[in-house]
Amino acid sequence: MTDTHADVAVGEPILELLAGFIVELRQAGLPVSLTEHLDAMEAITHIPLEDRSAFKYALAATLVKNNAHWRSFETVFEVYFSLRGREYALNPDELGELPQELLDELEQMQGQGDGENNGAGGGDQLSPEELAEMLYQSLMRGDDSMMRAVARQSVKRFAGMEPGRPVGGTYYLYRTLRNLDLEGVMERLMQQARHDSPESLTPLEERLEHDEYEHRIDQLKKEIESEIRRRLVADRGVEAMAKTLRKPLPEDIDFMHASRDEMKMLRQAIYPLTRKLAVRLARKRRHGRKGPLDFRNTVRHSLSYGGVPAEPKFKYPRPHKPEIFVIADISGSVAAFARFTLHLVYAISNQFSKVRAFTFIDGIDEVTRFFEGTDDIVEAIHRVNTEADVVWVDGHSDYGHAFEIFWSKWGKDIGPKTTVLILGDARNNYHSSQSWVVKEIQHRARHVYWLNPEPKSYWDTGDSIVGEYGTHCDGTFECRNMRQLEKFVDNLV
Amino acid sequence: MATETDAPAYRFDSVGEVRERLAQVDYLSDEGIAGIVYLADRLQKPILVEGPAGTGKTQLAKSVAEIAGARLIRLQCYEGLDESKALYEWNYKKQLLRIQASKADGEGNWDQIEEDIFSDDFLLTRPLLEAIRAEDPVVLLIDEVDRVEVETEALLLEILSDYQVSIPELGTIEARQIPMVFLTSNNTRELSEALKRRCLFLHIDYPDMERERQIVLTKVPGITESLADQVARIVRSIRQLELKKSPSVSETIDWARTLVLLGIGKVDAEVATSTINILLKYQTDIAKAVKEFSTESSAVSKAGLG
Repeated sequence: MTDTHADVAVGEPILELLAGFIVELRQAGLPVSLTEHLDAMEAITHIPLEDRSAFKYALAATLVKNNAHWRSFETVFEVYFSLRGREYALNPDELGELPQELLDELEQMQGQGDGENNGAGGGDQLSPEELAEMLYQSLMRGDDSMMRAVARQSVKRFAGMEPGRPVGGTYYLYRTLRNLDLEGVMERLMQQARHDSPESLTPLEERLEHDEYEHRIDQLKKEIESEIRRRLVADRGVEAMAKTLRKPLPEDIDFMHASRDEMKMLRQAIYPLTRKLAVRLARKRRHGRKGPLDFRNTVRHSLSYGGVPAEPKFKYPRPHKPEIFVIADISGSVAAFARFTLHLVYAISNQFSKVRAFTFIDGIDEVTRFFEGTDDIVEAIHRVNTEADVVWVDGHSDYGHAFEIFWSKWGKDIGPKTTVLILGDARNNYHSSQSWVVKEIQHRARHVYWLNPEPKSYWDTGDSIVGEYGTHCDGTFECRNMRQLEKFVDNLV
Repeated sequence: MATETDAPAYRFDSVGEVRERLAQVDYLSDEGIAGIVYLADRLQKPILVEGPAGTGKTQLAKSVAEIAGARLIRLQCYEGLDESKALYEWNYKKQLLRIQASKADGEGNWDQIEEDIFSDDFLLTRPLLEAIRAEDPVVLLIDEVDRVEVETEALLLEILSDYQVSIPELGTIEARQIPMVFLTSNNTRELSEALKRRCLFLHIDYPDMERERQIVLTKVPGITESLADQVARIVRSIRQLELKKSPSVSETIDWARTLVLLGIGKVDAEVATSTINILLKYQTDIAKAVKEFSTESSAVSKAGLG
C-alpha cells in the first residue's frame, strides 16, 4: 500500500544504496531474505531520513533477527551510511574546526586565551598541550560533542593517514591512541576524583569512579574509530571498505586464528550456546520415547479402577548416558580450541554419566579434579591452563609420548561404555606417533573420535599425522568454529 | 515527509510520542524500543522481543497496551501447547448435549444438526482466535515463544503474517482490526526462520547507566537521587564482570527497594557485601563480586586501557 510512497519519499539513490547494503550484509554471512529487504524499504518510508539513529534501528529491526549478528550489522552500517546525516558531514572546510563556544570555554578555563584561536580553522592552532587539556576536560565532564571534536582533531593530527592505502584503519587507530596517552589521562582523572571528594575514597567508590571514566574513554575510542572509518570510506569508497572490514559472525570465527577481540566474542557466545544445547538435549531425551506395554505395571494400576486396565503403562526405554573421556592437546596453537570444547562438554555434563578430562603437551595430566566441586567452568579451565602438569621435556607437542603415558596410567579405566574424544591438530613435531595406543583405546572403548581444529586441506601436511591416528578412530572431524563444534556435540549425545 | 493522510488510523504519530506516553505509564524506553514500537504500528507487523531475563520484555507489551487503551490478551507458551489451547476448540460437551436434545425432540434432520453444532455457538475461543475476533482494540502478547516446540510455532505463522485463522468447518476468520502483537523469547533455542521473517526484531539489553538510574528513580518511591545514582553505577560495574547471571533490572529495583527500607543513604563496601544476595543468585557470582569490590585499587591499576 505504501509502495508508491516509497518511490516518492525516498527516491532512487537511497533504494540503490540500500540494495548495496543488503548485498554486503549477505556477503558478511547474515541471512537476509527478500521479504526482509522489502520490509526494510517500507520501514524507512515511515521514519525521518535525517535521523540517523532512527534509520539504523529501522534497518536493524527489519534485517537483523539474531542478536549475535548485531556487530556485523553495525560495522556494515557504519561503512555504508557513515557519510550521511548532518552532524557527520565530512566537509573539508569545517573539518577539524572546533566549535567556537568550546574554544572560548577552553580559554576561560585556562585563563590564558591568546586570541589566536578566533576564526575559521581555529582547531589547527591548538598546541598539543591544549589538545591534551581538551581531552582531559571532555572526559572529565563526559561531554559528547566536545569528545567528538577532540576525536576529530586528534585523528587529523596523529593518525597520519595516507590516501589510497588499502588498509582497515587498525594501524591509524593505534597511532592516534598512542599519541593521546589515555593511561596518563586516566591516572589524572582518578587523582582529580580523589582530590575532589571530601573524604578519602573507599575502594568501592574508587572502583566506581574508575569504571565511569573507563566507560567514557571507551566512548572516545569509538568516536576516534568511527572518525577514522569515515575518512577511509571517503578516501576509498564504500565497497572497498566494506570488504576490508568484513568480519566473520561469532559462530564462524576460526578457533585457531581468532584475535583477542574475537576470543572475547567467542567467550560471550559460548554461554547462550551451551544453554541452548542443554535445553535441546534435555528435550530430545524426554521426547520420542516409545516402548512396549508394561504388562505388570498396567495390571498393578488397574487395581485402582476395579480391575479395568484403564491406564496402560509402557516400558519406556532409558537411553544410557555415555561416559566421556576428553584428551586434549593444550599447546599454544590449539589451546583455544581445547578450552572451548572442554567448556562445552562440561556445560552439558549432566547428559553424561561421567566426564573425565586429560590435557597434554608432551606430558599428560588428569584435570578432572579442577572441575569437581565447582560450578564455575571458566575458573576451572583457567586452573587447567595454569596448574596442570603437562610439560615433560620442552613443551612442544609430543602426541606419542603423551599417549603412551595415558595408556599406562589410565588405559585400564576405559570400558565398553566409554566414548573417547581426542582434541588436537596431530602436529607431532616429527616424534614417533605411537598410534598403537589409539588402536588399543578403540578396542576397549565404545567410540573414539578425533576433533581437529585445522581445515581439512591442511591435514597430513608437514608434521601433521592425523591420518595415521584417524585409521584407528571411529571418526575424524574438522572443528574449526563454534558451528561445527556444536553440531558434533549435538550428534554425540 | 509524512504523507499518511489517507492511511489507516495509526496509534502513534511519532517516535517521540511513543516514548513520552510510555514514560507516562512508568515504562522508560529508549530510542530503539520506542522506534520499533512505532514502526510495528506503521508496518502492522508483530514485534519479536528478545533479551536477558528481567529486562522488561513482558512489561513493554503491557505498557503499550495501556497507552493504546487496548485490552491485553496473553498467551503464555509452554512445552506441549497445542492448537486447542492456543487457537480454538469445539465445545465437545455442548455438541453432545445438542445432539441428544434433538434426539429427544425427535427432529432427526442430521444435516441441520451438523450445521448447527459446528457453528459459532459451539466454538471455544482461545487467546489467538480471541485476539483476531476482538471488536475492541487489543494487544496480543505471546509470551516466551521459545518454549513451544518448533512444530507448534507453525500455528502462529498464519496469524502473524495475515492476521487470520482458518477453521476447516467455518472457513477463514479475518481480523476485524489489526492488533499489535508482541512475542517474547528468552532465547533458549533458535526460533524458526519463518517466524523471525514475519516479525520486527527487538533486542532489549540491560539499560545503560543513565536509563537504569531513571528507572530506579521512577520505580522506587522515596529513593534519593544520589542513592539511585550509586545503585546504577554499582550495578553497571557488576555487569562488567564475567558472571553466570548478571543482575537484571528487576533485581536492581529490588535491591534499591531494600536499601530504602533499611534506611541506607549511601552504599559502602560493607552494605554492598551484606545485601548483594538480592542482586546475584549464584554463590560463585557473589564471591566474585565481593572479591572485586573489596580488593583495593589493585583492580584500578591492572585495568587494561591499551
